[in-house]
Amino acid sequence: MPLLARLFNFAQWLAQDRSEAEDLVQETLMKALKGFDSFHQGTNFRAWIFRILRNTFLTSRAGLRAAAVSLDSDEEPSVEPVAGATPESILLAMADQETIARALEELPVAAREIILLCDVEEMSYQEIALTLAIPVGTVMSRLSRARKAMRGLLSDGQMRMAGRGASRGTLQ
Amino acid sequence: MTCAEMRNSLEAYADAELGAAELAEFEKHLRDCPACATDALQAMRAKRMVRAAGMRYAPSAEFQRRMQQQIAPKRWMPWVAIRMPQMVAAGIAVALLLVAATAWVGRVERERTLGEFADLHVAALASANPVDVVSTDRHTVKPWFAGKLPFSFNLPELQNSEFTLIGGRVAYFQHSAGAQLIYGLRKHEMSVFIFREQAGAIPFQVGSLNSTKLGMHLETWSDGGLRYCVIGDTPASDVHGLSELLRRAARS
Repeated sequence: MPLLARLFNFAQWLAQDRSEAEDLVQETLMKALKGFDSFHQGTNFRAWIFRILRNTFLTSRAGLRAAAVSLDSDEEPSVEPVAGATPESILLAMADQETIARALEELPVAAREIILLCDVEEMSYQEIALTLAIPVGTVMSRLSRARKAMRGLLSDGQMRMAGRGASRGTLQ
Repeated sequence: MTCAEMRNSLEAYADAELGAAELAEFEKHLRDCPACATDALQAMRAKRMVRAAGMRYAPSAEFQRRMQQQIAPKRWMPWVAIRMPQMVAAGIAVALLLVAATAWVGRVERERTLGEFADLHVAALASANPVDVVSTDRHTVKPWFAGKLPFSFNLPELQNSEFTLIGGRVAYFQHSAGAQLIYGLRKHEMSVFIFREQAGAIPFQVGSLNSTKLGMHLETWSDGGLRYCVIGDTPASDVHGLSELLRRAARS
């Protein structure tokens, strides 16, 4: 997938709206062209342009709405991590793509963006640190919490599904 | 390294973020501990699932065209004149980077596909029942797939070769069912995957690819609407030998 398509995919995951994603990508490319002087040769271009996109989102209407719902805090995640010893990643591996996509949508922006940068964009922790302008240690802890929160959402979803299955069973 | 320490490094391992020394220790533990090896496999599979689910939104053709026009402005405007050298440099740099990024993403896609075939091969060998149909005779294995797969294929005669057919199983690659045949050669085992060719499903069209990074050799080609892939830890010449036998069988 070319860079433009990758920027667009990330933008729509952030904004959750096609036309807002188009506006975000367009503004990002304009800012990148105008501010190309601030890009230092030899540094990471991908992290630089994703950072512009992410900052543009945070100051957009959609970004401000998202920030009002979920505070970008490294202390308290908005979605509680799943309690107890969940077998590592088994829930994720069992879930289908549609269920995973729904869980990603439900995550707060801070958790969603870091999972997307790591798993979809396959950025290194160092690149993510540059993109989000946070230390590498924070990347690791935020990513770990984001994944736990996602497992929590998937686990809740599966319990709801199982509950529906059980109630159907008793009716029959 | 204890299992508890392993759990702490599991995410960093799946994200390819462990340092060389830590990685060596981690992988040593994986060889000795089936529970941790299962956890590691699940973590990597989960990462792949998120990646597939996360590639969800594509820009429209109209929007892409509009952006390309914007990156390469044609209209002569005063502010463009003032900043012309920077604009040209920036335009060329962005265009070059887009080309480089496309090539890079293509390489990543190819590597990922190789990795998926290697995973399927290793997972089958690591399983308690590597094959669902056991045979040393192609006339038992091929009919077993009838009704299980939406296509048919020919298997080679092996009388005058060093290869033996151990058996077969149904494998899944990118949401479609295909055949996995396990062949023996001396003390090595090799997998042959046969899937229906899907547009864009396998991001390489070249005849042969080697992945030395994984310590395995792989050869892949497309014939008669089917995609073949031979993989094993044997020398590349053996992988090629089996591939040639399959090519000849497909044409017969």
